[in-house]
Amino acid sequence: MRNIWTIARREYRHYFISPIAYIVALAVLLIVGIYFVIVLYYVSNQALMYGATAPDISIVIGPMATIFLFATPALTMRLLADEQRMGTLELMLTAPIRDGELVIGKWLGAFLFTLTIIAITLVYPIVLNKLTSPGIDQGIMIASYIAIILLVALYLALGTAMSSFFSNQFAAFFATLAVLLIFWWLISLPTYIIPSGVFHDLFVYLDLNGRFGSMTRGVIALSDVVYPISLTVLGLLLSTVAVEMRRWR
Amino acid sequence: MIRVDGLTKDYGTRRAIENLTFEARQGEVVGFLGPNGAGKTTTMRILTGYMPPTYGSAKVAGFDIVSESLEVRRRVGYLPETAPLYADMTVYEYLKFMADLRHLPNAEDMIDDALEMVGMEERAEGYVGALSKGMRQRIGLAQALLHKPEVLILDEPTIGLDPAQVVEVRKIIREIGKERTVLLSTHILSEAQALCDRVLIINKGHIVVEDSPENLQARLVGAERSILRVKGDADELAPKIAEIEGVQNVKAQPDGSVEFQFAPGMDVRPQVARAVIKAGYDLLELRPVGMSLEEIFLELTRDNTKEK
Repeated sequence: MRNIWTIARREYRHYFISPIAYIVALAVLLIVGIYFVIVLYYVSNQALMYGATAPDISIVIGPMATIFLFATPALTMRLLADEQRMGTLELMLTAPIRDGELVIGKWLGAFLFTLTIIAITLVYPIVLNKLTSPGIDQGIMIASYIAIILLVALYLALGTAMSSFFSNQFAAFFATLAVLLIFWWLISLPTYIIPSGVFHDLFVYLDLNGRFGSMTRGVIALSDVVYPISLTVLGLLLSTVAVEMRRWR
Repeated sequence: MIRVDGLTKDYGTRRAIENLTFEARQGEVVGFLGPNGAGKTTTMRILTGYMPPTYGSAKVAGFDIVSESLEVRRRVGYLPETAPLYADMTVYEYLKFMADLRHLPNAEDMIDDALEMVGMEERAEGYVGALSKGMRQRIGLAQALLHKPEVLILDEPTIGLDPAQVVEVRKIIREIGKERTVLLSTHILSEAQALCDRVLIINKGHIVVEDSPENLQARLVGAERSILRVKGDADELAPKIAEIEGVQNVKAQPDGSVEFQFAPGMDVRPQVARAVIKAGYDLLELRPVGMSLEEIFLELTRDNTKEK
C-alpha cells in the first residue's frame, strides 16, 4: 500500500510539470465550459420564446464523457512507455516493490489527476443550480458524477495497460483510443443486427455508453458499477502481466 | 555475499551467458571484466532481480534471486549501466523517492550521507535533467549506496567520469568493499587491477579465468620480461644477449631497444649488464616490464575465439 502511494504521489506531481497534462486539463475544461455557455444561452433564448424546460446536469456530464475518451489516453500514454524508453523501468523493477504496486501506483497517480480536473468542473453544476429554479436534481448530479468517475477509472486502467505494451508513447495513445472507442461505441453496434437472444444481451451488457446513459438519468444498477470496476481491474492486471513479461523476454 | 551456480540466460535463440558459476564473499570486491556483449550486464540484471535466469540459480545476501526476489532487492544496491534517473525531479526529490520505496526510516540523514559520499551535496536542489553525465553517474551511485546495502552491484561505475572523479569513486568503492560485497563490471583493465580483490574475465558468456589481478599476471606471463636500451646498434647486440644462459626470446625492437625474457626467479639482469659493457656498449636502461592485464585479456579472449 505504501509503495503504491509513493509511486502515485510521484506520478501526480509529474502531471503538474508536464505540458501535455496542462493541455489536456485546459482542453477538457475549455470544451466543457464552451459547451455549457452555448447551451445555456440557447436554452434561455428558447425559454423566453416557447417556455422550454431548464437544462440539467447532462449538459456538463455529456461532453465530459466524450472528451475524456481522447484526454485520458494522453494522460496514460507515458506512464509505463516512458519508463521503458528512459531505462528507469530497470530502476523500478530492481527496487523492492511488486510489479502490481508499480502499475497500480501509476494508475492511481493518473486517476487522482483526472479527479482533480473533474473536481474543477463542479463549478458548472453550482452555477447551474443558481440559474435554474428550483435548482438541479441533487440525486442525478451525484449519480452522474459517480458514472463519470467510474468511466475515467476504467479509461485510465486500459490506458495504463496499453502504455505497458509499448515503449512508444504515441503507439500507446492510439492503441488506447482504439480500445476505448470499441467499448464506448463500436460494441453496441451488433445489437442492431442481433435483435434478441444471448448475444444481443451480451452486447447490451458490454455497451459502456448505454450504461453511462442510464446512470446519468439517476438509475444505478449493481451491474453498472460492477462492469466498469471489472474492466478497471482487468486493465491493471493486464499491465502487471505485461510488466512481468518484460522480465521474461 | 553472492553465490552463483550454473547461471544461463537465453534471449530467444541467442545464449547470452552459459553456465556461470562464481562467488563473491563479504569484504571482497570482485571485478567482472570483458568486452562489450560478453554478458556482464545480463548477469548483473539477473542478480538484481530485473529478470530471471533461463537455467541455474543464484543467492544474493542469502536469498534466492527468483523465489525471494523482493528480499534480494531490499539488500542490494544497484547502479545500472545507463544510470537511469528521473529527469523531472531534483536530486533530493529523486533520492527521497527511492528512499521511500525502500521504507528508510531516517531518509533525510541517509540521503545526506549518500550525497556526501559521492560529493554532490551542493547539487541536491538542482534538477537531475540539468546534470552532466559524470554527475548523473554519481547520483546513480548515491542511489545505489542510499540504504547502505549488504551487496553492491555496479555496472561500469566509473564510465563518463573525469579522472579526478574516477579516483574519488574508486576510493568509495574500496571503502565499501572492506565490509560489504561489491560486484562491479568494467572493460577498463587498470580499473580491475586497481580496485578488485578478484577478477573474473568473461567472454561470450563464459568465464574464461578467475583469479586475483596479481596472480593472473604471474600465471599468464610464465616468464619475466625486461627491456634493455643501449647507445649503439641494438640489432647487433641482440645475438650477444641471447648467448647468456637463462635468457629467452630476445627481440630487437624497432625503437632501438632489446626485449628479452627469463624464467621467474632466475634474474639474469646482472649478467646482461656485464655482457653489454663487455661488448663495448653504453648501458642506458634496463628495466622489468610486466605483462599488462590488457595483454592478458587480449590473449585470453583471442584464444577463446580460436577455439570456436
